[in-house]
Amino acid sequence: MTALLEVSHVSKHFVTGGRLSRSHIDAVVDANLSLSSDASEIFTIIGESGSGKTTLARMILGLEHPTSGDIRFEGKRNAERRTRAARRDFYRRVQPIFQNPFETFNPLKRVDRYLHASARTLFGARTASEAESVIDGALHKVGLSLREVAGRYAHELSGGQLQRVAIARALIPNPSLLIADEPVSMVDASLRMSIVTLLRDLRDEFGVSVIYITHDLATAYYISDRLVIMQKGYVVEMGPARPILDAPEHPYSRLLKDSVLSITDAGTDGLVSADRSESAAAWERVGTATLQEREDGRFVRL
Amino acid sequence: MTENVLTVTSLKAYYRMSYFGVDREVRAVDDVTLSVRKNEVYGIAGESSSGKTTLIKTFASAIRPPLKIVGGSMTYHFENGDIDPYAAPQAKVDALRWSHLSYIMQGSMSLLNPVRRVRRTFEDFAFRPMGLPRSEFWGRVESHLQRLDLSPNVLSAYPHQLSGGMRQRVTIALATVCQPEFVIADEPTTALDVVVQKDVLAMIRDVQRQMGSSVVFVTHDMSVHANIADRIGIMYAGRLVEEGPTRTLLAAPRHPYTAHLVASLPRIGDTTPKVALEGRPPNLAEPPTGCRFHPRCPLAIEKCTTDVPPLEPVGLDHRSACWRSAEVRPLTRIGHQELEVAG
Amino acid sequence: MLAVVRDLIRYNKEFTIGAVLVAIIVGFSCLSFFSPVDPTLVYLVPPERPPSTEYWFGTNSRGQDLFWQATFAIRNTLAFGLLVAVLSRIISVTVGLVAGYIGGWVDRVLMSINDVVVALPIFPILVLVYFVLRADLTTLKLAIVMACFGWPFDARLIRSIAVGLRHREFTHHAVFAGMSARKIMFEEHLPYVMPIVLSTAMANMIWSIGLSVTLAVLGFTDLNIPSIGTMLYWANNHSAMVVGTWWWIAVPVVLVVVTFVGLYLLAVSLNEYIDPRSRLRRMGGAALVSATSTLVAEGGAAPVPTLGADVRGEPEGRP
Repeated sequence: MTALLEVSHVSKHFVTGGRLSRSHIDAVVDANLSLSSDASEIFTIIGESGSGKTTLARMILGLEHPTSGDIRFEGKRNAERRTRAARRDFYRRVQPIFQNPFETFNPLKRVDRYLHASARTLFGARTASEAESVIDGALHKVGLSLREVAGRYAHELSGGQLQRVAIARALIPNPSLLIADEPVSMVDASLRMSIVTLLRDLRDEFGVSVIYITHDLATAYYISDRLVIMQKGYVVEMGPARPILDAPEHPYSRLLKDSVLSITDAGTDGLVSADRSESAAAWERVGTATLQEREDGRFVRL
Repeated sequence: MTENVLTVTSLKAYYRMSYFGVDREVRAVDDVTLSVRKNEVYGIAGESSSGKTTLIKTFASAIRPPLKIVGGSMTYHFENGDIDPYAAPQAKVDALRWSHLSYIMQGSMSLLNPVRRVRRTFEDFAFRPMGLPRSEFWGRVESHLQRLDLSPNVLSAYPHQLSGGMRQRVTIALATVCQPEFVIADEPTTALDVVVQKDVLAMIRDVQRQMGSSVVFVTHDMSVHANIADRIGIMYAGRLVEEGPTRTLLAAPRHPYTAHLVASLPRIGDTTPKVALEGRPPNLAEPPTGCRFHPRCPLAIEKCTTDVPPLEPVGLDHRSACWRSAEVRPLTRIGHQELEVAG
Repeated sequence: MLAVVRDLIRYNKEFTIGAVLVAIIVGFSCLSFFSPVDPTLVYLVPPERPPSTEYWFGTNSRGQDLFWQATFAIRNTLAFGLLVAVLSRIISVTVGLVAGYIGGWVDRVLMSINDVVVALPIFPILVLVYFVLRADLTTLKLAIVMACFGWPFDARLIRSIAVGLRHREFTHHAVFAGMSARKIMFEEHLPYVMPIVLSTAMANMIWSIGLSVTLAVLGFTDLNIPSIGTMLYWANNHSAMVVGTWWWIAVPVVLVVVTFVGLYLLAVSLNEYIDPRSRLRRMGGAALVSATSTLVAEGGAAPVPTLGADVRGEPEGRP
């Protein structure tokens, strides 16, 4: 197995406050994960705000540097990519998808300028017609065409369409890894599933691996192969997605699952605060607990 | 027949703008008729540009240009008499605020002053509407907090010392301290984490039961509606397209849009393929003719493109605005516990 | 472009008035190209004649026709102000955008230079420059010197906007799309600072014209070049108010006031037109803007860290 991405013993501390009231925040503590380049997969990071899921993704993208530990993409650390050319090479392999499609595009500029920039600088298209054919190809992968998008401004497209354009843009350099941070949380419910299924189709048809960051267990269940559940910087449960979500073992994972609202609860008057005592007790032990392997391949911090 | 606390008849609220010769009319709320009953949670569901935010702005009588009421009427039936906020004098409308009509907002920080203790914010908002002597006022506030399982200590905290969930609970306490008859909740749990969200929803539900007041609850999240609302109204492109009791509406929707909305929700343990609605939400500046949903509707016929379907009863307490409402079938079966359908 | 001007004239009163005033001044200064007289020559006409049908603006004690004299004066003054404004805008936009976008030590170095320039006493330095260069101090050289002093406040303003833009998601998107820093700064971010550039350009012109008039009145400039300042210098030199040749002072003052009012109105109306918010409304983004705003005010929710946001430390979840 050749490793696409290897995250080993990565921690990230932030220092907050001024000189007098300085405090440390452990955003990510000792995270380990790896993606193989042989088989594409959707790897989901689940967590609430403050869980460190976004910090982890930012470190993989090279927007932050780990305090300790090692992140290697195709064997190379981000800190080793010092020149602009090296960074561009990295962008050809890894692309982000942002949370808010309306913020991803400059509202005063046409959306296709990002597509053209990617086609020219990342894909290396030499002529305008070559760039256009590359862009059209990428847009077709997401169910759009250049004709629908060319010359449009962000407000002329729906959130779902914009997110598709953003994904198409990310696909232009044929990356092997997409990092999607809450890609559907700002998209309307009726359009949301089409984006989620699109990510799955990209994995199946084009062999793109996706790191899918979300707080939504339901969409994670729908598309993920593997997942990690993070609690305040710690990975508390990791492994195959559906077995974990069907029967979470760690108390915090159970708390998360119990808190998910569903339309099947209609009229059951099931609005009772979830029991936090077990989760709180497990959190007390989190510093000394270790990740233990289970038969179905999952790891639980106990 | 249960009593209504708010009746809205053919309400139209448009944004009218003119910028350097570009005139724009956005029909954010177009011909909405509904009523909110006493002692119920009325959920308003809709996606972006459905007009739900504008609708509750008109409920809150928080209308500022370029938004204008173009037609229709709106009447509150409070204990001290009926009032149309758009016909009554401003002083009378202001007197309603907080004591009869209050709000729970999405961002708790927009209500809590960050540089003042929570106690001061309570004083600013509730002291005058309640009209009690100071000692009695604080006694009332503290007993209200206790009833909501909040320690009176939160009063002496600054907002930043409280967690996000706690802040939102404090704003709920603040909004309900005067025992208002009508509470508008605008996406109060959208920015919260799932675990906290459930607590906050439970709290809203409890306080509503205790006070016997009416809550209009706005969110785009159908699973939140399923858990908190007694009745749901579905907004699409400025119109109310379906309205009904929560379980009936979710289990047996009679409008194709609702059917899609319900069917597109993923659930843990459910791996069936999801059908996403194609197309985009309409531009309210140039809405489609006839039924505004017809460009995206799988059931659309010739008539839908020309004639606007009226919101008509299709069952007990259940109304739908669709020419083919009889043919709408639920696209997904809701869950293991078969929901029995009223009517 | 023409359609924009037509719309502005039709729908914006400030723009119409400003455009008319500026057009009058510009048209007037253009008359200097058809002047029958050389403005540097003296005693060509009978001196100290009040305004009349023969000499519209009167004549001065040096025997010059003030009408033609004024055309040259306003042309030179306008050109000077414009030159300073353009040059100093180029510096302030570049410094502001670079400091804001690149940040780090580049930002710190640029902003320390900025603070030093703010602290320098401009007027004594200009006098010093005059004493060093004397006759070599042409309008162009003076404009360059003043442009070197006229940028720091505006650069700081532009930097503050650019810092905000750097943390927007679309900037990160542009980076990952492979756009160069130059492209991001001058294509993505520039439209957001254009309103500031326009309005500060106006303030800058007022500042530079005012300073050049002051210098000229005091005699620290080439007095042979006709300008609003040198006109006032000669009027003062010949005790115009005492002698009673009031028109000699009134003509340059009225001209400069009309210029300022016209430019101010133009700046205000263009500002409104070019402002991103009003632009978005015209483009049809308004429904979006108003629909997403909540009941009372936007924002207020605790910022959720995203890939695009540059958040230092995530909020700690509290019990």
